[in-house]
Amino acid sequence: MRREINFTLNGGSVKIDVMPNEKLLDVLRDRLGIKSPKHGCGRGECGACTVLLNGKSIRSCITLAIEVDGQEITTLEGIEKNNMTDLQKSFLSHNAFQCGFCASGMTMTATELLTKNPNPDEEEVREAIAGNLCRCTGYKNIVEAILDVSKEK
Amino acid sequence: MKKELKYVGTRAVRLDGLEKVTGAAKYVDDLEFGPGMLYVSVLESPYAHAMIKSIDTAEAEKMPGVKAVLSGKDFPEKFGLYLKDNSIFPADRVRYIGEQVAAVVAETPKQGEAAVKKIKVEYEPLPVIQDPREAIKPGAPLVHPDLGKYEVVPWLYPQPGTNIGHVRKIRKGDIEKAFEEASFILEDWYHVPHVVHAPIETHISVSLYSYDGRLTMWNSTQSPHTQRNIIANALKIPHKNVRVVAPYVGGGFGGKAGINMEVIAAVAAMKVPGHPVKLRWTRKQEFENSSQRQELYAHIKMGVNKEGKIIALKHQLYWDVGASAEYGSNVVNATGFSATGPYYIPNVYIDSFAIYTNRPPCGAYRGFGYSEFHFGIESHMDRIAKAIGMDPVEFRKKNAIKRGEPVAYGVEMNPTGIQECIDKVAEKIEWGKEDKSPDPNKIRAKGFASVWKAPAMPPNESSAAFIKFSEDGSINILVSGMELGQGFLTAMAKIAAEELQLPLEKIRVELPDTDRNPYEWQTVASHVTWSCGNAVMRAAIDARNEILKTVSRAYHIEKASLYLEDGKVKCFTDPDFELPFEKFVINGIEMPDGTFRGGPIMGHGMFMPEFTSAKVNPETGLGGHPNVHYTTGAGAVEIEIDKETGRIRVLKMAEAFDAGKAINPDLVEGQIIGGFVQGLGTALWEEVKFDKNGKILNPNFTDYKIPTALDVPRDMNPIIVEVPQPDGPFGARGIAEHTMIPVMPAVANAVENALGIRIKEVPITPEKILNALREKEQNKQ
Repeated sequence: MRREINFTLNGGSVKIDVMPNEKLLDVLRDRLGIKSPKHGCGRGECGACTVLLNGKSIRSCITLAIEVDGQEITTLEGIEKNNMTDLQKSFLSHNAFQCGFCASGMTMTATELLTKNPNPDEEEVREAIAGNLCRCTGYKNIVEAILDVSKEK
Repeated sequence: MKKELKYVGTRAVRLDGLEKVTGAAKYVDDLEFGPGMLYVSVLESPYAHAMIKSIDTAEAEKMPGVKAVLSGKDFPEKFGLYLKDNSIFPADRVRYIGEQVAAVVAETPKQGEAAVKKIKVEYEPLPVIQDPREAIKPGAPLVHPDLGKYEVVPWLYPQPGTNIGHVRKIRKGDIEKAFEEASFILEDWYHVPHVVHAPIETHISVSLYSYDGRLTMWNSTQSPHTQRNIIANALKIPHKNVRVVAPYVGGGFGGKAGINMEVIAAVAAMKVPGHPVKLRWTRKQEFENSSQRQELYAHIKMGVNKEGKIIALKHQLYWDVGASAEYGSNVVNATGFSATGPYYIPNVYIDSFAIYTNRPPCGAYRGFGYSEFHFGIESHMDRIAKAIGMDPVEFRKKNAIKRGEPVAYGVEMNPTGIQECIDKVAEKIEWGKEDKSPDPNKIRAKGFASVWKAPAMPPNESSAAFIKFSEDGSINILVSGMELGQGFLTAMAKIAAEELQLPLEKIRVELPDTDRNPYEWQTVASHVTWSCGNAVMRAAIDARNEILKTVSRAYHIEKASLYLEDGKVKCFTDPDFELPFEKFVINGIEMPDGTFRGGPIMGHGMFMPEFTSAKVNPETGLGGHPNVHYTTGAGAVEIEIDKETGRIRVLKMAEAFDAGKAINPDLVEGQIIGGFVQGLGTALWEEVKFDKNGKILNPNFTDYKIPTALDVPRDMNPIIVEVPQPDGPFGARGIAEHTMIPVMPAVANAVENALGIRIKEVPITPEKILNALREKEQNKQ
């Protein structure tokens, strides 16, 4: 039943035995100590568990761990490494988050957006983060923070 | 008041910002507890109302990995915040679908889930009651036949033999005579359904009962001390042996106030000493078994005189509090006192009923009932203004309560900036100016509402604070208010910064831990900036006095000549004297003979509003002082409706609130925007749907829509008004919940202004718009 998978996690290589029904989110959080992706709904609806698979945002709560065999996973822990990114600095100076539970997923989605489209307009930003639910902020400061980074580029 | 403020009222990066953008912030589920962790799985009731004939756990106990099985026979205790009607596990009767009937503690969640399926429960179904208007009738099936036996605070009045958990009455003036004198009267019904808080983090508790008899809980909660109190009392553990640690909370909105599922984790932990146990609600459980916002059916009869002054209000509020009123009864109570809205009305008759049904328990929800009753009141205000030929904004200004005028229960209104709030919102939304859509199928219109809200609290709610210095002159502030995202930590830091003239970067504010941090009632009611802020202010003044006393003793300088600036002690009479805090706040000041003066500087402060009293005449609601003060405000929207689809888009919003003094102006604006959007969800989309058996049909984010980044207005205008609250820290009062309140009526009023149809039931869906338009057409023909 168990199967060994190998994948790149935040630049390092990971080798781990997983059950075929184990979710990527649970493997990251409970077995690899990567706590930035959060459990919000377990159904891919809220975006709190967003991570990047080969640079593309996915919902780790509805992704099986065995699917990432041989692939590259990036989480918030991986994008900041030693320093905060410009996006994180912008989130900080805009007081973009309140409770902060959506912050990690939102950051991963916005990171993907800015990589693909360094100068998005407001509607493109809103479209990109529409799958990341935030119950606190009304999204205004989050959108402005993302737009500010794109302006600087 | 002081000279110029250096920290309070300035813009700043929030104290918890760095932790949250870097992922350093820890929520309960992020904490590590090692390989000894066990998991709790819960068996839920499939019936909304049934007797439990028997529970057989024998087979479940034999399942692999199972350490313990718990059910109602072991836990006869009742618990609750105001009215002890809640069960840890029900012994004989289930009252809603999703109610916990039994639980399994197992080595893995999967083993637990498998074992739960082996628990055999025999039920005898009972009639299900879901509509509070039916449940209040004589002869309705009783949800709590033992209502008379429950412990209750003295200011709530459960009515045994009925489904009424509480009724709050107001009888002021002569209502019948006033209606006879009125030149215009309007009466109608309004309906606000159940909605859910939908924090992105679901409820979670990790609990550990250690072999020495201590219970430690790591909970996602707004109420660590209140949870400790309820658990200690219910489980008969001394308070000192219950410890509640509260890491960051991933959204509360009232849903994590008081206690609910945490009690299951507590009793589960006690079955397996030495093992931490984790109970985390799924999103479905969050919908079915945390708490919801009460449903409200409100009947309003309002009379005005020829001058356009409101002279009479009869307001009857029928609240569905679900299967438990342990917390929700206070929503009913609070709104009963305040259901006039922010207006001076001389003759008032209010009945506010807490009615039990077989729906999930309801409790605190951002706005604490005020959103729900303002929907009716503010819809009514617009309709009456139009009927008597007055501008709705002018009508509100004319009737808005002034400082010193009596509120419904007779106490004088506190200082208020409501006129300024109304004026500024009207100006920002360009009230009176028509705006046309370029699309001929779409109509634009504006809607307005003004609101008020008081914190709903027991008269002896209180807050406390410790401040302690470290060697480098920095401080840790210990409080038990909770950072829910509203900016509590930053507000407390600024208040202390101002009193101690200490830069913000030298201040930390600690999250609650009931072992170490002093008491706070709860982080609810939008009252912690005011209440805990007062405690922190007193603690800072206390620490400042210690500093000045120490320096005065060591240097023989009169205390009155000393002052603080930039983390240093300075002297009015000697400009060269300058003593940085780090030189003495721990290690004291060395004297010429080598001895030292002073010692570790600390400050403590406490606050209780000593002027409030819940002792009122139950028949009139008069004679007491149940509320500390009201915060007022106003809000408006500009909407665009597609006549063909009935779809509404909100293009622009403006809201103004009288914060007294905005300690963190940018975070106040953040609350206004965020609260508006949460209100927008309830105005346009959100409704918990039940089938005829009481089962929730939409317990997920696919079928229950909360606003996304695409759904919100692009033009959002938060406005801060500052008419100081005399007993608030630097004049501050709370605003965070209030920001939700204007939205439902403002949108409904805009719809009427657009299409001439009055929607009296939220959410205002395209279907309701099109049906109302069709009805209007038919009436014309």
